[in-house]
Amino acid sequence: MKNFVGSRALPDLIYHCPKDVESALAMLKNIKGECKIIAGCTDFIPAIRRGAWSFGDGLDVIDIKCVDSMKGVSKEGNTIRIGAATLLSDVVDSDIIRKYVPILSDAVDEMASLQVRNTGTIGGNLCTASPAADTAPPLLVLDAAVNVKGLDRDEVVSLYDFFKGPGKTVLGEKDMLTEILVPVMKLDERARFIKLGRRVAATLSVISVAVWAKVKDNTFEGIRLALGAAAPTPIRATKAEEYLAGKEASADVIDEGAKIAADEINPISDVRASESYRRDMAHVLTRKAISACVK
Amino acid sequence: MVVPIRLKVNGKEYDLKIEARATLLEVLREQVKIKSVHQGCQEGECGVCTVLLNGEPVYSCLTLAVQADGTEVTTVEGLMKDGELHPLMESFVENYAFQCGYCTPGFVMKAYYLLNKSDDLTEEAIRRGLVGNLCRCTGYVNIVKAIKAAAEKKRSGNWW
Repeated sequence: MKNFVGSRALPDLIYHCPKDVESALAMLKNIKGECKIIAGCTDFIPAIRRGAWSFGDGLDVIDIKCVDSMKGVSKEGNTIRIGAATLLSDVVDSDIIRKYVPILSDAVDEMASLQVRNTGTIGGNLCTASPAADTAPPLLVLDAAVNVKGLDRDEVVSLYDFFKGPGKTVLGEKDMLTEILVPVMKLDERARFIKLGRRVAATLSVISVAVWAKVKDNTFEGIRLALGAAAPTPIRATKAEEYLAGKEASADVIDEGAKIAADEINPISDVRASESYRRDMAHVLTRKAISACVK
Repeated sequence: MVVPIRLKVNGKEYDLKIEARATLLEVLREQVKIKSVHQGCQEGECGVCTVLLNGEPVYSCLTLAVQADGTEVTTVEGLMKDGELHPLMESFVENYAFQCGYCTPGFVMKAYYLLNKSDDLTEEAIRRGLVGNLCRCTGYVNIVKAIKAAAEKKRSGNWW
């Protein structure tokens, strides 16, 4: 079928469908040359069509959607385990996530369109490592970790250390992210995600903010802030966190904390917004999100 | 690389040999010869290629056909019965819910999915539900009207 002008053809693919994690790792080991792990393909296909990614013919692809153990949500003790190949729509529909970390359901529910959520996966959203990835800020403030498996590698990496740059993570060429580990929220903890796009529906974040807070006697006993589309990677606003920790949850303190967050981020100007607009909105949305956790 | 897949499209089984790089859109149009599934942006923005995969709406342009192996695909042709339009399609006709018509099959499949989940949708719920399908003629008012009218038909039992 003819592609429209400006849209590129996909390269010839050699398709691999592993049934478990071990076979996927064995495939990674045996494949010489370029190899790509795929799942939803909702980034893979558009990136090739637009020319952002290009591969030669005969590209080996390993489809981790074939691996049943990498799909689904479960709870073990105080940890929620989300398989990397879990569909975004299954994250939204998960009773476990809705009950124990509703901030994640809220954030994913606003992502893209239902058609994309029915195909794209949560692991893919993290591995693509877009600065604007909407699953990242909630998972960062929840202090989530990811399980990274490779040829001689099997470790749990804090999401805080996972992102290295736009499109870059700690994953090596032969590594894969198998699951996401999220601590269950306790009853006295609150979390809130606010996203600003250029319109309401199906849009990339201009700026997004996630806040997790534990407030006791009107004092921040614990607080974590994370922002998306605010720096080369989704980031925690640690200076603002340090400022707020232990302080009274008053309007002035919250506003000052939000201002520190807006100062410490490193946004760019692009087609969606200017740097200064992003900073202004980071200030406003951080203030709103913290306030929502205090009420 | 050529791979064999089995697809059930609108109730009929197909054993196909496809290129691993072929999207479901390409296979449906070129091999199954279903031309109602349109090619639009090819990158998951516009929704004209929407089909139901095991009952759930997906963009067929962002789905590798090999990943759809063993699934059941429904397109607008699958909604027809004995050559008759589905009540939802009738509603689109009655409410002039198209201008150029290019986006219509995608909207019909999305609306069919939404109405099967609930036939008691507010206007806002309908509009929210339609996120991911674009009408470049901007004929949304009549599309929403058509879906409301179709919901009424479903409530009165005129549905399959």
